Amino acid sequence: MRKNTTGPDSVDNKQKIHDIMSRYSHRRKIVDKMVSIFSIACVLAAIIPLGSILLEVIKNGASAISIQLLTQQPGAIGATLEDSGGIAPAIQGTLIVVGLASAIGVPIGILAGIYLSEFAPGNGLLPSAVRLFNDVLTGLPSVVIGIVGYITIVLAIGSFSVLAGAFSLSIIMIPIVVRITEETLKIVPNSIREAGYSLGISRWKITLFVVLKSAKSGVLTGIVLAISRIAGETAPLIMTILGTSLFFTSFDKPIDALPLRIWRLASQPYDTAHSQGWGAALLLIIIVLMASVVLRLLVQRKGFRVKALQV
Amino acid sequence: MICGLTADEAIHDRLLKEVEPVKKDRDHDQQVLPKYKVSIRNLDGWFGTKQVLKNINLDIKPNVATAIIGPSGCGKTTLIRCLNRMHEMTPGATAKGHVVIDDINIYDKAVDPVIIKRRVGMVFQKPNPFPTMSVYDNAAAGLKLNGIKDKRLINDIVEESLKGAALWDEVKNELDKPGMGLSGGQQQRLCIARALAMQPEVLLMDEPTSALDPIASSKIEDLVHELKKDLTIITVTHNMTQAARVSDYTAFMYLGELIEYGPTNQIFKNPQKELTERYISGKFG
Repeated sequence: MRKNTTGPDSVDNKQKIHDIMSRYSHRRKIVDKMVSIFSIACVLAAIIPLGSILLEVIKNGASAISIQLLTQQPGAIGATLEDSGGIAPAIQGTLIVVGLASAIGVPIGILAGIYLSEFAPGNGLLPSAVRLFNDVLTGLPSVVIGIVGYITIVLAIGSFSVLAGAFSLSIIMIPIVVRITEETLKIVPNSIREAGYSLGISRWKITLFVVLKSAKSGVLTGIVLAISRIAGETAPLIMTILGTSLFFTSFDKPIDALPLRIWRLASQPYDTAHSQGWGAALLLIIIVLMASVVLRLLVQRKGFRVKALQV
Repeated sequence: MICGLTADEAIHDRLLKEVEPVKKDRDHDQQVLPKYKVSIRNLDGWFGTKQVLKNINLDIKPNVATAIIGPSGCGKTTLIRCLNRMHEMTPGATAKGHVVIDDINIYDKAVDPVIIKRRVGMVFQKPNPFPTMSVYDNAAAGLKLNGIKDKRLINDIVEESLKGAALWDEVKNELDKPGMGLSGGQQQRLCIARALAMQPEVLLMDEPTSALDPIASSKIEDLVHELKKDLTIITVTHNMTQAARVSDYTAFMYLGELIEYGPTNQIFKNPQKELTERYISGKFG
């Protein structure tokens, strides 16, 4: 606390501190302003490319979207607009492959995240190893994962297939879901778990019905992020589902997907194809957006929004 | 958990040497057991290698409120967390000894700690209702998550528990509102209702009013008086006037040892140990 506030020195010191403070107060206002201008500039720098891409896709793609595009199989290459068909198999394929990949990847990812956050003993060997490999997996180029899908499933079945594609995409998905689940569960305050323990509720029930439920917003963000990521993957799909003009027939047969179709259409030298490509790109964006909205609605349909984590 | 002590350590050391060990000559054979709801014998507790409870011996009669007082870091919270085997849930924490509740030694190897927690309720320092649940679901959580499905039974117990926690009149029209939407004092009473729904016979309270304002605190204190008609209540508190107000018996702990235990009147008006007297009169702590 303050001592000897009455001495002659202290008056001088008071004056000194006051002078310095008022000088800094002037500088502080300028620095404040500069920092906020700089952050706004950074936000713009980040938004402009995003916005311009979105605008470009909408501008070129919106006119291409038609009933024909949405419902027909691709027509002959280089055909006129009426005969050029649509991208229906690609839409169907993306929904099937991404859906199947999520069905494999989401449960595994969430359970692994739960293990790391709730059950793993501190810094034991297994959790450390899981975290390390998970991080490595996050950084693995997707084309490498495509090759893994090719070697393990395509060669085993003897055909490019839906299964191989879903397998590869789920491997891309898992590390994202694991990481975000673990981080989100760790934010849930321990007092909530203790409240559960104190009622004699078994641990797995507390984990699923109390902890995971409290963290569902965050976990959901992880899932949406992972789905958006895999929905746009192209490289692993070339090596696993190959792409086709036909609709889905069986899980061990090739299938089409939107990113593959966009890539094929873009590499053709015809304006009709390019226009359809833009349309497909816009559609992919809309599908990802809708998936995220629908997931949020589904999970938060019951009850109220989670305000709890801010306490 | 373990806070540093700011007071003069040398004096404390000297005082501690004068403290006699708690008498162990008290007969605690079968004929004594029914007299006590909770009997603690030779209880030691550790965090890693640091011993935070040293040979605690304590007998608590049924249907009384017992306050445990003592300076920060004296082990009082650890002590009550040993009474429902919550202590050992903290990584690195261990406890050894006998705690007999009714006639079950809860530290017996054959005893499932989960079952003990169903019989011994606990209320925490900070109100901690389940964040995603409504008022109703919070009160029903213990029953529902322990496999009770009978809706009418749950309804009855929820109402009974909320009434028991003196919360029913305030929330009966908004049972489906989020539990987190209540005020702090209401949240704490909701946590008490949640514990009561499990029909415990012993209720542990770890500084239940330290996060509440005086009015909310006094409601909880009134509640303790009501609840002890059916329950044995053990409460940890920093607030000595609160201990004097709510408890029938008071235990004073210091540096992991039980220094003195007796009727609250006696502890506050005529403490037998110098250390207790110094703490009560505010000379340290």
